[in-house]
Amino acid sequence: MSGYRFRILPTPYEQAARAKQRSQLSKALTVTLFALPGMMVFTLFLLIPIIQSSYISLYRWDGFGPLTEFVGLGNYDRLLNHSVFQASVSHSFLIMLLSLAVQLPMALGLALLVGRGNLRGKGLFRTVLFVPYVFSEVITALIWRYVLYPQSDGMVNTVLGTFIPGFEAIEWLADRNLVLYSLFAVLTWKYFGFYMILYMAGLQNVPKDLEDAARVDGATEPQVLRQITLPLLGSTIRLTVFLSVLGSFQQFVLAWVLTNEGGPANASQLIATYLYKFGIQQWWLGYGSAVAVVLFGITLLFSLGYQRIIMRQDYAISRD
Amino acid sequence: MQKGYRLAMLLVAILPLALGVPSLAQDEVTINWWHIQTETSQAAYWQSLADAYMAENPNVTIEITILENNAFKERLAPIMQAGDPPDLFQSWGGAVLWKFADNGLMRNIAPELEGEWKDSFAAQAALELFGQNGEYYGVPWDWGAVGMFYNKALFEEAGLDPEKPPQTWTELLDAVQTLKDAGITPITLGEGEKWPGHFWWVYLALRLGGGEAFLAAYDRSGSFADAPFVQAGEYLKQLIDLDPFDDGFLGLTWPDSAGVFGNGEAAMLLMGQWAPGAQAQYSESGEGLAEGVMGWFPFPAVEGGAGNPGDALGGGNGFVIGANAPDETIDFLKYITTAEAQLAGSEIWLLPVVKGVDEAFEDDPIMQAIVEARDAAPYSQLYYDQFLPPAVGEAVNDAVETIFAGMATPEEAAQAIEDIASFELQ
Repeated sequence: MSGYRFRILPTPYEQAARAKQRSQLSKALTVTLFALPGMMVFTLFLLIPIIQSSYISLYRWDGFGPLTEFVGLGNYDRLLNHSVFQASVSHSFLIMLLSLAVQLPMALGLALLVGRGNLRGKGLFRTVLFVPYVFSEVITALIWRYVLYPQSDGMVNTVLGTFIPGFEAIEWLADRNLVLYSLFAVLTWKYFGFYMILYMAGLQNVPKDLEDAARVDGATEPQVLRQITLPLLGSTIRLTVFLSVLGSFQQFVLAWVLTNEGGPANASQLIATYLYKFGIQQWWLGYGSAVAVVLFGITLLFSLGYQRIIMRQDYAISRD
Repeated sequence: MQKGYRLAMLLVAILPLALGVPSLAQDEVTINWWHIQTETSQAAYWQSLADAYMAENPNVTIEITILENNAFKERLAPIMQAGDPPDLFQSWGGAVLWKFADNGLMRNIAPELEGEWKDSFAAQAALELFGQNGEYYGVPWDWGAVGMFYNKALFEEAGLDPEKPPQTWTELLDAVQTLKDAGITPITLGEGEKWPGHFWWVYLALRLGGGEAFLAAYDRSGSFADAPFVQAGEYLKQLIDLDPFDDGFLGLTWPDSAGVFGNGEAAMLLMGQWAPGAQAQYSESGEGLAEGVMGWFPFPAVEGGAGNPGDALGGGNGFVIGANAPDETIDFLKYITTAEAQLAGSEIWLLPVVKGVDEAFEDDPIMQAIVEARDAAPYSQLYYDQFLPPAVGEAVNDAVETIFAGMATPEEAAQAIEDIASFELQ
């Protein structure tokens, strides 16, 4: 070995390239560092459980001991043929459709009224209408159990009985044909305040001068609403539809407590309550996992499709 | 003072070492105890026993968690599946407990139980539900029977003899009709929770098929679609067709119906031995029916049924010991099943299971009647939803609810149970 040591000095060009590389490296490092906590939480509490559930759903398992009894798609087979599951899916769809048809328009109307109109005491109404959303779901359900108590001394029945002569007590939560609508009414009471606030925020972004300009041009109020306000509120409306649909499919706590575990006789079973009752309570964790995978599939398909097709324009706008 | 105390502690710590025995006795231990007696006087009773034990054993701390029945079941399952049982907790014995034990979650107390403690139990059949294959995981502290509580005043009002309650199914149907004609709600039922209604169907199945039909269906030599189980639904339908229950009973909970009975708004209630306490607690006055108004009779005999009219549906409450419980837990369990403790419990409507408590219920004819029915029963049927695995128990509750709701025929309901049973019981 000779005593010389050679070192090739970098050319200025190489130096620049290296600097660029370094800055790229540090950028990548920054991104990684910032993303890491989020990714870890996402992986640990979302990705892994999803994979685990899919795996468990292929077994018959009561939650004790290791997974040993492989049943392939047997759980899915049982599930799709179970009349109560089929009913639960249609109940969830009904709640979703009613939410879109009743809850959102109502929230929008109230938002226009208390956010825009010349109503006296707007601030008070705004607060009062938002209060139900602040209650916890369990408390809401327990309060409404009293309000909708199925006997003649229940609150709603007493009130109706006072005004309507010869009124017969309505079994709000005990009538199989009525219970879903009772549940929907309570869901509406609880959640319309949330959508109302979103709409009010959206209305803030609708420029007043545009509406005024339309009025100057001779547009009537309904025309202003239809041609100016609603289109400009579009992104908020699309967002609320998205939240409302997902919320309907994932609804659990309020429905569970209010209807006594989806009763009477499963008449108000939703997908999530079905999962809990037939999966968790009966110690059928493999079966319950299959329900979870189906529910996940439905919501995933909807979210991806909706975001791709309907909400795409909103993302494009927000990037500009 | 301080010095003396320290010296004493030092001695206490050193003495066992000097004697060459481990100082286990004075180790600080904590016993986690889960019970479901939310009713005020009963919760206070457990607390008083824990306090007394802690006073005698200063090294033991007992931490009590009180959970409502349903909440307890729902919280226990995941905790057991996670392998972390409480030290001492409520159990009804049967399949659920055995399942825990098979997975190494329970502590076998057979060595400690053997001998004097075991012999102290009067209700040996009850004890057997808390063990299997020569192992025991806990002991019962209360054991009773489900029967009909009735309101003598309302019976009288309807023109029925309050001292001669119905003894057969036909007489019961007649009494229901008479009460209805008098404008009285014959029966209160909290079917929203399902298990109160399953008593009706199970009792009918018991009267019609006896214990044999159930045991055959359980060991799979028979089936839940067999004749007695279908007939049980048919008999139940006879009753349902009379429309004897509260308005909206499909949506009422057990506390709701206990309140209805305690307010004197319905004539009958098919329930277990905890009903007297509950009807008082959930009534509007907080006192329940006036003294002497409440009566009790066993579930009526069914004409031509294969079962003995003395057979009783019932069950008891017990406490069982988790796998990781400290030794003191067993000693404490022994302490709360002494005759003195049981006698104190009988004052708040807990039915003792040990010997030497003859003076219990001396002036309570209802509880006496329940104890008699319990002790005289040729066959004791534990609640289906405890004896059977959870999925089958739920299937029974669900199927019976569909009969009450008029959604399923008796055949369909029995078949629905059999579908799950054939899948779960092997």
